[in-house]
Amino acid sequence: MAIRRRDFLKSAGLAAASLGLPRLARGTETAGIYDLERFGNARILHITDTHAQLNPVYFREPSVNIGIGEMAGRPPHLVGRAFLDRFGIRPDSADAYAFTCLEFDKSAGRFGKLGGFAHLKTLVDRLRGEVGEKRSLLVDGGDLWQGTGLANVMQGRDMVEVANLLGIEAMTGHWEFTYGEQVLRDNLERFKGEFLAQNVFLTEEAAFNDAPAFDKATGRVFKPSVIKEIGGHRIAIVGQAFPYVPIAHPKRFTPDWTFGIREEELQKHVDGLRGTDKVDAVILLSHNGMDVDLKLASRVTGIDVILGGHTHDAVPQPMPVKNAGGTTLVTNAGSNGKFLAVLDLAIDKGKVGDVRYHLLPVYSELLKPDPAMAELIGRLRAPHVTDWSEKIATPDRLLYRRGNFSGPVDELICTALRAELDAEIALSPGFRWGITALSGQPLTMEDLLAETAITYPETYVQEMTGAQIKDVLEDVCDNLFNADPYYQQGGDMVRTGGLSYTCTPTGAIGGRISELKLNSGKALSAGHRYKVAGWASVNGQQGAPVWDVVGKYLRSGRMFQERLGSGVTLRGVENNPGIAGQG
Amino acid sequence: MTTTSGPLATRRLILQGAASVALLGLGNLPFAPAHAAANDKYPEEAFKQKNEADAIKALYGRNAEPSNKVKLDAPEIAENGGVVPVSVTTTLDKVSSISFFVTENPFALAASYKIAEGTIPGVANRLKMAKTTKLVAIVEADGKLYSATKEVKVTVGGCGG
Repeated sequence: MAIRRRDFLKSAGLAAASLGLPRLARGTETAGIYDLERFGNARILHITDTHAQLNPVYFREPSVNIGIGEMAGRPPHLVGRAFLDRFGIRPDSADAYAFTCLEFDKSAGRFGKLGGFAHLKTLVDRLRGEVGEKRSLLVDGGDLWQGTGLANVMQGRDMVEVANLLGIEAMTGHWEFTYGEQVLRDNLERFKGEFLAQNVFLTEEAAFNDAPAFDKATGRVFKPSVIKEIGGHRIAIVGQAFPYVPIAHPKRFTPDWTFGIREEELQKHVDGLRGTDKVDAVILLSHNGMDVDLKLASRVTGIDVILGGHTHDAVPQPMPVKNAGGTTLVTNAGSNGKFLAVLDLAIDKGKVGDVRYHLLPVYSELLKPDPAMAELIGRLRAPHVTDWSEKIATPDRLLYRRGNFSGPVDELICTALRAELDAEIALSPGFRWGITALSGQPLTMEDLLAETAITYPETYVQEMTGAQIKDVLEDVCDNLFNADPYYQQGGDMVRTGGLSYTCTPTGAIGGRISELKLNSGKALSAGHRYKVAGWASVNGQQGAPVWDVVGKYLRSGRMFQERLGSGVTLRGVENNPGIAGQG
Repeated sequence: MTTTSGPLATRRLILQGAASVALLGLGNLPFAPAHAAANDKYPEEAFKQKNEADAIKALYGRNAEPSNKVKLDAPEIAENGGVVPVSVTTTLDKVSSISFFVTENPFALAASYKIAEGTIPGVANRLKMAKTTKLVAIVEADGKLYSATKEVKVTVGGCGG
């Protein structure tokens, strides 16, 4: 693939913002994409949801990301053209490729892969070097340790080494918890930064049994925050782990811990940082998801900026949210290592005067990989590269995952599950991580693992009634489209194979799913029992890991046998700009 | 049986003092200490009512008004529908009883506490909820009824991002 440097220089449409006021595309075409105007006295660099993607990846942003109620039509629920218009990004530019789904096939060839920790390291070092010693901080919003075959077999140890070399000083977590308490604690022993989570507490039983905790009095399992002196001012970083770990994942990984948003505990802690510790700025390093963060910002006072993740929304500008104490800025920094967020703060005693924010796409073709990080990545991968380099298929179309309802990756997984496990219906979780594979390029076992590598990959086949299947769909749909963000969990809709349905996202809980039909066209019957295959169950299962099942299917030379398409008909969201081509 | 409370949990509550007013009925909260506010008899009829309105009527004989002085704490999404931690505190004076109603449960009244004069009006319990439901707390204070409501989602889980 030829590097088209001119394509990049022409685009340079990076959006910047000053306290939410759009300062859109920078005009200077000759300016280097990564030459940032110096501003303020403290620089915070933020990455999130990299999902352990050590090397650069293709990752197509969603064409369906619907917002309901107050979230309708506002970032992050804009896709495609509506997204470009909102943020002043030129169509056909490198940024249009990085931030949206538009013409992904074509642009992937022009602009190449994004991310990669060796490339990221070069960019981080440059941006930290520019501002000088003790004037910057690098934080990670979680989902750093999971997402690849390597991270799975090493249980995140690879990412701890990488994080130490990259210089991550504070992080919080989500998938990190799915390795279980012992592995988490062992990894954190090696991690040179701080693991922060104000919202993880011992259960009462665990507290009674004297389970380990950072603070026995409050029951907080982890340190809630850290105060760093940057640019001569004291900045507090508060960690907010994913609030629904024991619900979204098997409870067996975290039996002693209870999570939640914990708004009141957060407010009390922030008040303490302001009142007792007299910090100059408070940053929330959050894995809540953007809708939850936007609501939280309207209710909790004293936070200057929420650096957000979880929902994988690459939002070029911070969203200002008013609350009783002032304004809080809310960001979300994308996923899979595609972006590095740069927050420059002008801090005075006790207050943040102004900020500049840039969400920089990490264009791997414009950045020279850092040799030390490249060496480390090579060393970590070496024992496994050969095993996983086997070509198992050549896709005849673009394979991507992101989207509220489906994507070709999950259609393929569902097709494979149905075929290999001889089931009428397949269900596959609506994860938002997982790489994009180009049409006509070899797909390897390593690629397949990047779509499936979790600590509970076992497949299952079970009988479910039509009514039970509908209940599952309704339940997950409410986790996605509940009008109150605090009742959302993030993630996308469970994917279905062999089953089509109509979804009305604006409906009430239990009333969004209708017209369920089998592939034959026959309506799903509430009382009839169907054979259903799936994976990633929160209940313990015994079947072969999903990557083996899908790998076997692909090795047999089969790919898609059905028409392509999600099988989901949408109703009631006709003008929603969260659907590409609409709004 | 609409509430559960294991021995360990109960001991923990004692140590914390969080359920000081509920201690009459260690481990058997819905049965032993649950007195209707107006009298000392076990409110058998109220516990038999299927829906919330009938249960409130049977227990108190009148309606409650929503009040921000009743602080009801419960998770938005339950980690385990079998043991959902709930608690009520209030700044109201002269509190004589506190009750929990789980609208979608087979029997709506989950627990009712008589608050002795001079004790701090705060109770905590764990309630079983089979599905997503409205949770209502009623505080009886100075002869009047005040309420707070919260929706608790009980989900099959899975599919996190």
